[in-house]
Amino acid sequence: MLEIKNLHAKIDDKEILRGINLTIKPGEVHAIMGPNGSGKSTLSSVLAGSEVFEVSEGSATFYGKDLLEMPAEDRAREGLFYSFQYPVEIPGVSMVNFMRTAVNEHRKYNNEKPYSASEFLKLMREKKKLVEIDSNLTNRSVNEGFSGGEKKKNEIFQMAMLQPKISILDETDSGLDIDALRIVANGVNKLKSEDNATVVITHYQRLLDYIVPDYVHVLYKGRIVMSAGKELALELEEKGYDWIKKQFED
Amino acid sequence: MSIAGTDIKTEEKYISLFKDNLGHLNVITSEEVANEREAGIRIFEEKGIPNRKVENYKYTNLNPQFERDYACDFEHEVFNQNLSEVFNCNVEDLDAITVYLINGWYYRKNQVSESLPKGVLMGSFAEFSKSHPDIFKAHYNKYAKNEEDSLVALNTAFAQDGFFLYIPKGVVVEKPIQIVNIMKSSEDFMAFPRNLVVLEENAQAKIMVCEHTLSDNKFLVNGVTEAYIDKNAVFDLYSIQNQHNLTTNISSVFIKQKQNSNILTHNLTLHTGVTRNNVYVHMDDEHCESKVYGLFVSDKSQHVDNFSFIDHAKPNCYSEELFKGVLDDTATGAFAGKIMVRPDAQKTNAFQKNDNLLLTDTAKMNTKPMLEIYADDVKCSHGATVGQLDEKSMFYLRSRGIGKDEARILLMYAFAYEVVEKIRVEAVREQIRGLVEQVFRGELNKCNSCALCGQDASGKGYTCM
Ligand SMILES: Nc1ncnc2c1ncn2[C@@H]1O[C@H](COP(=O)(O)OP(=O)(O)OP(=O)(O)O)[C@@H](O)[C@H]1O
Ligand SMILES: [Mg+2]
Repeated sequence: MLEIKNLHAKIDDKEILRGINLTIKPGEVHAIMGPNGSGKSTLSSVLAGSEVFEVSEGSATFYGKDLLEMPAEDRAREGLFYSFQYPVEIPGVSMVNFMRTAVNEHRKYNNEKPYSASEFLKLMREKKKLVEIDSNLTNRSVNEGFSGGEKKKNEIFQMAMLQPKISILDETDSGLDIDALRIVANGVNKLKSEDNATVVITHYQRLLDYIVPDYVHVLYKGRIVMSAGKELALELEEKGYDWIKKQFED
Repeated sequence: MSIAGTDIKTEEKYISLFKDNLGHLNVITSEEVANEREAGIRIFEEKGIPNRKVENYKYTNLNPQFERDYACDFEHEVFNQNLSEVFNCNVEDLDAITVYLINGWYYRKNQVSESLPKGVLMGSFAEFSKSHPDIFKAHYNKYAKNEEDSLVALNTAFAQDGFFLYIPKGVVVEKPIQIVNIMKSSEDFMAFPRNLVVLEENAQAKIMVCEHTLSDNKFLVNGVTEAYIDKNAVFDLYSIQNQHNLTTNISSVFIKQKQNSNILTHNLTLHTGVTRNNVYVHMDDEHCESKVYGLFVSDKSQHVDNFSFIDHAKPNCYSEELFKGVLDDTATGAFAGKIMVRPDAQKTNAFQKNDNLLLTDTAKMNTKPMLEIYADDVKCSHGATVGQLDEKSMFYLRSRGIGKDEARILLMYAFAYEVVEKIRVEAVREQIRGLVEQVFRGELNKCNSCALCGQDASGKGYTCM
């Protein structure tokens, strides 16, 4: 469904992604790990359509469509979801208004009728239960004054609302206590199906105990330098990245 | 021909207009109003129309607006049409006591008496100046600062009519009072509305003034409102301006507060040509509270200038100011907020904030706090920001499938939200929320509040929302 070939991206002439190759098929779970600053979030936001970075080379297609040509909103409407490492606080935009607008813009794109207020609220209630998010959060402005963990939970709530085909979860586990981690992971697993895929970016094995990956990739200095099965995550947890860094120093 | 020469000519035009019409001006108003005229025109003559050298008008040059020729109506040619047939205010659903002004004149067919509590007086400024000279003797032109602003003095010279509101001691008017002023003429037109509000001890009232234009003429409106708010009284004044861009609107509000009184003013400029809002609050007693707010949304070449002067004359008073502006295209704006803390005014709390959102590189905003503090035990703060739409928020919204335009609207609304929420009359707040959102969506032109709407305005040199 997602095919990334030789993807290069830079900011202010600093090349951050230096030739990423990655293929993701429906039903798969991929984990991306790697030291701080290696480009994991950059890869995610480039795929999501951030205009901060300039793609200088390579391609990314999503179900055959050129992803890089699409504006961010169309990528989302096509079914790509990016759970931010640092979700943005938007005071003055209520969660309800935000989600209603997002869901209905998705529906419009797919030639579906917008939800009525009651249909929408019903959907919202359902999904809130799924990710066990408190109503006092969804009654506030987007992420405003949310704790780190609450923000992450809110990302998964949005994912549940939008029902994407591919979700990129950027350090969704950071800032979560063990109960919250279990809830979030459960949420992700409940949303999983044969037809959708998940990319989990994490530094820790713990999340991968709950969301079990089919593949684990190591991103280092803007390249995927190693790919293997789920056992690689355990190895990294144990040994750290030094042994990989040594191999790929350039 | 020197520039000074043309300046003099403009002012002389107004002085001779005054001399030629003095007889008419005084026909319908009482002595209390008539007696103030000469001093007014003298100040105007002496100071002239403010130019950029006048500190308080640094960012707004009104000379071109005054140079034009306008017709006036000093004899009040009665507006014959049935108002409801030509006009529907956007805020019509509001459960309010609604009265109309036409070109600043109190519409004589207004019917309100039944819905008002006993003892409340509401009606034509001119008529009440004659029937209740005692109130006018005590309050008229006592709070307006003619010396500070030659345009206020000019209003005093020409003042004839407007609305008058008197709330006796202890009376609370529950419903908001909506005053709709409609500018309509067959030629370019100028008006000097003058309003007077008196709230006696422990009284309460909330006024919403809606300013509209109904014909595609150039309008110059130079209005003054004075309000006396006695002990423990509570007063709200919301001014909603929705005028086409051939309009120059100068509105000056002067509020005098007595002990424990509580006031709120809110200037919402949704559309205009050139606007200057002045708000003067004089906290002349202890434990007064004043909240002075403003929001303007402008595009194309609109210009909005908000000026405020909060006078902390006595100890233990609280003032809070928040002004926000959203500027698109080549719109320009200004904010100047003067806070005066007199030597006496210990334990003053005064807070001021002005935030602006520039949507283009060509929009411009000037903002200037002016604090004069002569007491030592005070808490004062001020801050101003001028910024663009936040790129990170924009990306966040778009990454959820919200299109660029829609995301912009959400963020513009989010910016304005804080100051809209300051409206403390729920029904009014609801209405304004809707109006502001419509402005951001560019949908406010679907109203019939403006004769220009529905016509093809493009290429005619004016715009309507
Ligand atoms: N807006 C930006 N401007 C300049 N440099 C940036 C910007 N965003 C990211 N970078 C740089 O790009 C590199 C990769 O950053 P990125 O956030 O993608 O790393 P990461 O792998 O997600 O790290 P972490 O594990 O800490 O989240 C870093 O060197 C970072 O400093
Ligand atoms: Mg990161």
